[in-house]
Amino acid sequence: MGRLLLAVFVGLFLGCTKKESGPSVSSDAKVKVGLVLDKGGKDDKSFNAAAFKGASDAAKDFDIELKVVESPDDASYEPAIRGLAERGFQLVITVGFAQSDALKKISPQFPKTHFAIVDAMVDVPNVASLLFSEHEGSYLVGYIAGSKTETGTVGFIGGMDVDLIKRFELGYREGVLKANPKAKILTNYVGVSSEAWMNPTKGRELTLSQIGRGADIIFSAAGATNSGVFDAVEEKKKFAIGVDSNQNWVKPGRVLTSMMKRVDLAVYNTIKAEKEGKFVWGNKFFGIADKGVDYALDEHNAALISDELKKKVEQVRTDILSGKIKVSDYYVTRTLCPKSPLNCDRSQRRSGESGRTTQSVSQ
Amino acid sequence: MKNLIKTLIPVVAILTVVTFVILVMGDNPFNVFQSIIWGAFGSATSIGYTLFYSTPLVFTGLSVVVALRAGLFNIGAEGQLYIGSLSLVAYALMFKDQAGAVAILGAVVAALLGGALWGSLVGLLKAFRGSHEVVVSIMLNFVSYALCGYFILNQFKNPFSQNPETSEVEAAFRISNWEAIFPHAPVNNAALLAVFCVGLVWWLLYRSQWGFDVRFVGESPEAARRAGLPVRMRLLQVMAVSGALAGLVGVNEILGFSHKMKDQFSPGYGFMGIAVALLARGEPLRVIPAALLFGMLQKGSLDLEIDSQKMTRDLAYVIQGVVMIAVAAQPYLSKKLEKRWELWTRN
Repeated sequence: MGRLLLAVFVGLFLGCTKKESGPSVSSDAKVKVGLVLDKGGKDDKSFNAAAFKGASDAAKDFDIELKVVESPDDASYEPAIRGLAERGFQLVITVGFAQSDALKKISPQFPKTHFAIVDAMVDVPNVASLLFSEHEGSYLVGYIAGSKTETGTVGFIGGMDVDLIKRFELGYREGVLKANPKAKILTNYVGVSSEAWMNPTKGRELTLSQIGRGADIIFSAAGATNSGVFDAVEEKKKFAIGVDSNQNWVKPGRVLTSMMKRVDLAVYNTIKAEKEGKFVWGNKFFGIADKGVDYALDEHNAALISDELKKKVEQVRTDILSGKIKVSDYYVTRTLCPKSPLNCDRSQRRSGESGRTTQSVSQ
Repeated sequence: MKNLIKTLIPVVAILTVVTFVILVMGDNPFNVFQSIIWGAFGSATSIGYTLFYSTPLVFTGLSVVVALRAGLFNIGAEGQLYIGSLSLVAYALMFKDQAGAVAILGAVVAALLGGALWGSLVGLLKAFRGSHEVVVSIMLNFVSYALCGYFILNQFKNPFSQNPETSEVEAAFRISNWEAIFPHAPVNNAALLAVFCVGLVWWLLYRSQWGFDVRFVGESPEAARRAGLPVRMRLLQVMAVSGALAGLVGVNEILGFSHKMKDQFSPGYGFMGIAVALLARGEPLRVIPAALLFGMLQKGSLDLEIDSQKMTRDLAYVIQGVVMIAVAAQPYLSKKLEKRWELWTRN
């Protein structure tokens, strides 16, 4: 009796699972787009959120099928990208430099699939690398911070201690010093592993510590960690500068502006190109000219940025475009003190100290 | 009949609860199960991935099993696997010129020693200071994360990458993966090592004097002490063996797959090893099917995330949790149901 029951049960189970051989591939001609997000996920209100927004906007405007996959750990990038490619997705967009290894490995195996990666160069003939001039955008918000600071001290909080974020830091430093050559800049990094993108507690602590040391405006380039930074500036009645997405709305009146890195635009345009059959592989740069990076101005911070300051910032933008101002690029200089001793003196920074926080003070 | 009920109860309970969860979420349970099973076993590549994910779980599962048989609850497999991997990668990067079997053997021994060292720290404190092994091993996990972070970023950092990872190990240190059978999948010879370890642990526990001692200590430390067994030494040795087994995860991950050590590479293999060991009820031979089940869930849930509109991979955690509860509740439930069954058949 029991055996029979078991047999019936197992039969039922197998019967149901075997009915179709494999997940069915839809046969309609819709373009299928997959988006693989980094840690932090689509609700980080920052980097991944921007990518997600771009993709969902595109899904609204064009007739595409969009599938978003979040990756909670490093081991899941590869199967996620492969899974999408195997299911016949024509375009797979990966978000974040952490996925570059996985993409380098998988993209040659699916030569007919188009891939795109944000923030990294992957030199394979079916991959578009979407890159941003973060240093120029950071220069603009640095200039705003330098003009607005009352204490003469501003802060920078980076997420993961990597070259990409140092690029933000260097641009920001130069922008601050352009507006206020005597300004003091405090720097902290949240961590050295990718957990650093989602550690609001540490973000809050670092912000409070910088405020304690006199900073009144803090630029935070740390993904989902930013929410802790915003909480701290609200508590202490100081200002923060958001990153990647327009974060002015998160704490209206406390977010001075946001360094917008228009990942949404890049993702949107890539999907648009795919839809129109104009996908091009290779490096694509988004800069200050095409507003791929920009500072955010909306109703939430209109009261904070005066018309006079706005004019000045626009002047800076024109100067960068015309080449009158040259913003140092960390990818090129490989040091945070390219014009020493102007913007660093004793900031012998050692990356990744055991305390997982690096500090430098410059005069 | 009794045995059948015993094995059926957890299965039925798991399927019922999970089906219920899926229905509440508004998805079709059969599509979901199909997606998971197809994702795990649907193609040679998928099977290769499932085996690849199962391999580290065999190592950590065995690690927990060995400690469990001595009455110790090793929550530190996660830390032990990191220290094992760290010493493995340190050996491979510092003695680059080795070739052939020596290179790989040396790296495996390094992983064993690293894990054993980290495990025996727990054993030492437990045996000679009476510190509770759960607390100590949990704390040592955090120490190991910090140590790995320091060494990866300051000693062995890969200068060509932004990611927190070490440089790649030389070709001599790479073990072959099974491309021919499972194309593009990372499953490699470490899986054979895992099977070998299962046999070895079984032999150690059931066929050696040492294993008898260990089980005796686990059943009743006081009796073992009075019988004149070196209880403290056995506890220390058990934790060393336990740590060494966990350390072997690095062989699968570094020598077999990524060829470098990434910071925080483990998605919690050490903690999943606890679940594997409990599901295996402390029997080394049952570790293999238990690890395969969890490996299957890990791979299958990734595909589920792609296939399903409503379910995410978190369902895998739900299933894991239900499995654990079902296993824990099984003795109670089966007793009750057996009574029912007897009543029912009598009438």
